[in-house]
Amino acid sequence: MSAQERSRADLLLELADDELILGWRNSEWTGIAPFLEEDVAFSSIAQNEIGHARALYELAAADLGTTADELAFDRGPDAYRCARLVELAFVPDWASTVARHFLYETADAVRIEALKASADDAAAGVAAKIDREEVYHRIHAEMWIDRLGSEPQVRAALDRLWPYALGVVDDALRPELARRVEEKLGWTNHDVEPIERGEHLPELTALWEEMTVVRRSAPAGTQW
Amino acid sequence: MIWEVFRRERQGQPFQHAGSVTAPDRTFAEIYAREQYGRRQESVALWLVPRDAVQEVDEFPDEFDLKYRRVDGYSIKARLKEARERAGTLES
Repeated sequence: MSAQERSRADLLLELADDELILGWRNSEWTGIAPFLEEDVAFSSIAQNEIGHARALYELAAADLGTTADELAFDRGPDAYRCARLVELAFVPDWASTVARHFLYETADAVRIEALKASADDAAAGVAAKIDREEVYHRIHAEMWIDRLGSEPQVRAALDRLWPYALGVVDDALRPELARRVEEKLGWTNHDVEPIERGEHLPELTALWEEMTVVRRSAPAGTQW
Repeated sequence: MIWEVFRRERQGQPFQHAGSVTAPDRTFAEIYAREQYGRRQESVALWLVPRDAVQEVDEFPDEFDLKYRRVDGYSIKARLKEARERAGTLES
């Protein structure tokens, strides 16, 4: 489906769900990242992603007559619109984590730029705010790729995850994504079928169970 | 390698030593310092200095106890009182 065929709320939910689930996945490295400084930095990036999810859920919630918390935690796993790239569980595989981080941040940059340029002022404003933090995520991702991108494990992970990365953005943005990835890596595989949004991986259910356990344990509206 | 991090809390204030980060190069150091000393808006600027570039000076011999080099070597209180008496400005 192209951007024109989906409602504004659905588009925002795709973005928000990607950020929430990836934030969650990245936070799984907290305490066990390869070294202390990286632990702090990667955890901080995870928190940023969840902050972006909240801002996007709030926009979508206004359209849907609900709240950000209800959108984030009260839907069943099947109702999430996230791409399969962010669902994959990688701990303790740092090579795949670095590969996904780079591919996701690059894809996110492409679609956030498109949103910034859209006629939807509220969404464009949130996109601009998100982009100001994403700059540092991209620097972080690219410095890891500069260091490890030619290592066989990372290279294999980049190749394996590339069809997933294509599924993060709309058809129309895929050539730009491919251009940027190729510019950084010096290669991409042009002969792949994008893994589209829709079906979820079994890993998402396990993540959802953990992510929503507190919310489900207390009646909605409980004050903490 | 180790980078010493100095941070400025507010415009116009001096940079003060904040701590250090271990990072393989300048880019990693910048990202790590930013995340550890800047992400909560606790700094307006950071300096990153490779530890090797820091020349430490830590010996200050004072074998002859040259008190007169220090301001606390003089007892100024009595002299100040005398001077004030002469000038007629002694408060009582």
